Amino acid sequence: MKFGVVVFPGSNCDHDTYHVISKVIGQPVDFIWHRQNSVSDYDAVILPGGFAYGDYLRTGAIARFSPVMSAVKEFASRGGLVLGICNGFQILCEAGMLPGALLKNDKLKFVCKHVNIRVEAADTPFTLRCQRGQVLSVPIAHGEGNYFCDARTLDELRRENRIVFRYSDAKGVVTEEANPNGSLDAIAGVCNRERNVLGLMPHPERASEEILSSADGRIIFYSLADTLAELAKAS
Amino acid sequence: MQDRANMKAKVYVTLKPSVLDPQGKAIHHAVEGIGYRGVTDVRQGKYFEVTIDGPLDRDEARAEVERIAREVLSNPVIEDYRVEMD
Repeated sequence: MKFGVVVFPGSNCDHDTYHVISKVIGQPVDFIWHRQNSVSDYDAVILPGGFAYGDYLRTGAIARFSPVMSAVKEFASRGGLVLGICNGFQILCEAGMLPGALLKNDKLKFVCKHVNIRVEAADTPFTLRCQRGQVLSVPIAHGEGNYFCDARTLDELRRENRIVFRYSDAKGVVTEEANPNGSLDAIAGVCNRERNVLGLMPHPERASEEILSSADGRIIFYSLADTLAELAKAS
Repeated sequence: MQDRANMKAKVYVTLKPSVLDPQGKAIHHAVEGIGYRGVTDVRQGKYFEVTIDGPLDRDEARAEVERIAREVLSNPVIEDYRVEMD
């Protein structure tokens, strides 16, 4: 089992993510430079948070054209597991690997705080250790996290149970006050139809150790590791 | 072949009408605040000047810029674009 964390110029959560995989989850992990044109050495690829290529033009807009993204796309099309966190989610949307787009926060502010997210789908490789309805306390830190898609796409996401996380209060109730950025339907994370690509705005890697006031986020990385262990056993 | 040298295209990228524009709203608010009356809406967009100096004729250049606008300059999920050749 081997994880890869992609490093774009401007990534800034790459080391945090690497640390959680290697020290908290205890699995082998490499950095993958954005110029690399193959990711076939890896079993799971993580696109970390940050401001890839300065987020010029639109968040994730330039990053999607980097050599590594063609490789990530191909990797995902063969069933490889891809997790996009914050800027990584924005890049996956720009690349068309996930539906929708992340707009500027409705209140126009960069929001940096702990929020609660409710697990809406536990049947993904990234959430299989979670219970449906479970609330995770994880931080967000973004200026463009306002999830948007057209009405048809939203219907499809609901019907196919692809909304994986929604912003909620601490009890798991989805309220307007609990929605930090104006996201449509309080969406904090979605997956693709095949459920092997997940993007979310909150930062689970920043909440994976008790010393950081919440370790709720690590369940996502443990779920991923469990999935990979199962896959390794099966093959 | 003078018309082929340094052709300029203007690309306007605007949010789709269905997409909220909080920045435009804030600008509208400020415009009203300083006393302008009768402004009912402000929408913010992006403007690009693309200079082309190559073997393309005008129609080919336009087609190329249209492709660039579609693939790079705009995100079709949230934005529309319009290309004008100088």
